[in-house]
Amino acid sequence: MNRRLRDVPWAIAMLLPSLALVAVWTVYPLMRAIQKGHFRCDVTGKKCTDQGWSRYVDVFQSDEFQHALGVSIKLMLLTVPTGLVLGVGLAVLADKHLRGIGIFRTIFSSTIATSVAVASLVWFVLLQPQIGVLADMFSDWFPVLKNPGLLNDAGTALLAVALSSIWANLGFTFIIVTAALQSVPRDLYESAFVDGAGSMRRFTNVTIPMIAPTLLFVGVVLTTRALQTYGEIALLTGGGPNPQKPTTTIPYLIYGRNSIISTDIGTKSAAAVLLFLLSLVLALVQFRGLEKRVHYGS
Amino acid sequence: MDCVAQVRLEHISKTFGDGADAVLAVDDVTLDIEHHEFMILLGPSGCGKSTLLRMVAGLEDPSAGDVFIADRRVNDIEPKQRDVAMVFQSYALYPHKTVAANIEFPLKVRGVGKAQRATEARAAAEVLGLEQQLKRKPGQLSGGQRQRVALARAIVRNPAVFLMDEPLSNLDAKLRGDTRAELVDLHRRLDSTFIYVTHDQIEAMTMGTRVAVLNNGRLQQVGTPQDVYDRPATAFVAQFIGTPPMNLLPPGMLGTDDVQVGIRPEHLRLVPGGQLHATVKQVEHLGHEILLVADANGAKVVARLDPSEFVPEVGDPVAFDADPGRLHRFSTTTGERVS
Repeated sequence: MNRRLRDVPWAIAMLLPSLALVAVWTVYPLMRAIQKGHFRCDVTGKKCTDQGWSRYVDVFQSDEFQHALGVSIKLMLLTVPTGLVLGVGLAVLADKHLRGIGIFRTIFSSTIATSVAVASLVWFVLLQPQIGVLADMFSDWFPVLKNPGLLNDAGTALLAVALSSIWANLGFTFIIVTAALQSVPRDLYESAFVDGAGSMRRFTNVTIPMIAPTLLFVGVVLTTRALQTYGEIALLTGGGPNPQKPTTTIPYLIYGRNSIISTDIGTKSAAAVLLFLLSLVLALVQFRGLEKRVHYGS
Repeated sequence: MDCVAQVRLEHISKTFGDGADAVLAVDDVTLDIEHHEFMILLGPSGCGKSTLLRMVAGLEDPSAGDVFIADRRVNDIEPKQRDVAMVFQSYALYPHKTVAANIEFPLKVRGVGKAQRATEARAAAEVLGLEQQLKRKPGQLSGGQRQRVALARAIVRNPAVFLMDEPLSNLDAKLRGDTRAELVDLHRRLDSTFIYVTHDQIEAMTMGTRVAVLNNGRLQQVGTPQDVYDRPATAFVAQFIGTPPMNLLPPGMLGTDDVQVGIRPEHLRLVPGGQLHATVKQVEHLGHEILLVADANGAKVVARLDPSEFVPEVGDPVAFDADPGRLHRFSTTTGERVS
């Protein structure tokens, strides 16, 4: 007891730097955003009126937000399952004791060291209708690559953004899943092998359950990232092509240069808070729904 | 009963790595294991005993030689078709499955129907007293219970050969003693051959019908535990089996000329005027016996005395004698038994 009391000042001193950072960069902005979300501003952004909590309901029900919500959810459904399957697939392929496998591990994980800006630029060039390599190679099968270009067609622009996003996140998934695979005791595979389990059964009965906690974690992170996708949109499509705005996600609605609410700080704040709530609810649903089926080791 | 060897290893070698890094883990081992034997593979860590077992299981391929199970060459046959079951040191239970699902797994893999699986798993669980644990997960069990689940999972397949890789080494001393007796009992009840890897000579002596002693990948001796104790084939076996180990004295002591001579601590007698002169270094009172550690011209000598005998003190000069029939002679060059 005595000793605990004596430790309190030290504990506070040690925690202070991180508490200060969280307070300044997370808690304060969140509070300000929640507060500003009550306001509705005119087109100049100068004159704002306080509308109370009901403003959140108005923003949520607005056409712009509903459209952006739909786009964000579509992007999430396009990127998360595919990214997870590809990342796990590559990690399983590279989880072999083969000569030179390190080269492949480096290649597969390299996108983690690539910024969104670089990744977007790479895909922008690859998909460019006139000079893009992909456009040249596959335009016979997919004419849309040349005319008007994957990024310029309202029907394919979101798919193109998803491609870039999946690619950029692949390194992260690959590294985390590789680490998880390497922590699975080899005995379990050998025991299953002696018991007659083939490679598919070993994958479903040993690998997947043993790395399930990691898959849950990666799934939540990828979902959150998908909902926060902004850089790719800003660089590849600018929320367009107009007028359908098929790539205006919630973050682009909030921050985007071409966003219809770009001058309305109140509506932007409200949308940001709604996005936060959406991510929170989704993460909770994932943890609650899947945690019961995930085994965290003994 | 037929006398066909259930498991036959012919000139088995195993090399890991290649070129300059190559390690010869198993070196030309030939061993016949009869039906319903309890064969112990005994040796220090790194002697190749686990590698040998894994080659029988099909987890490693021999670099040379042939493995036969029930007269069928199985070198190129997958583990599941070898009719063997293996119990791992770590038990290798699936942590996300219940005890029942763990035990049923080998049957499920073989496509056995759900109802029959449950019946057979329950029967296997009953053999090992696990009926109450069927719905629990391995994480909720004690070490001894987990070990039983691993055994039940092996039993449920009713294999011709059980392979066990140090299955008791993660248990505490008391439980290990109890489980030893249970394994012997289990072996008696099942019509299967057991091959059991251990570095623990107590397990080897108490459980095995025969013991194969390995060192540096080479088979040193195969025999009943008593054989191996009474007539060790090499100086290595002589010193590896027995606690405290056999004394191994350089040539010239106890009336020998050009061979090393071995004598077990219990066969040394304190005799005034005996031929082996030594100085007492240590006296260990163990209650039922006393261990006398002495120095004879630089050679360490351990003698086992009865507490009722006269016990010298540290620093006393003593003389030992031994019945010539109790002496073991080993070549100084090869270490092999001379007589």
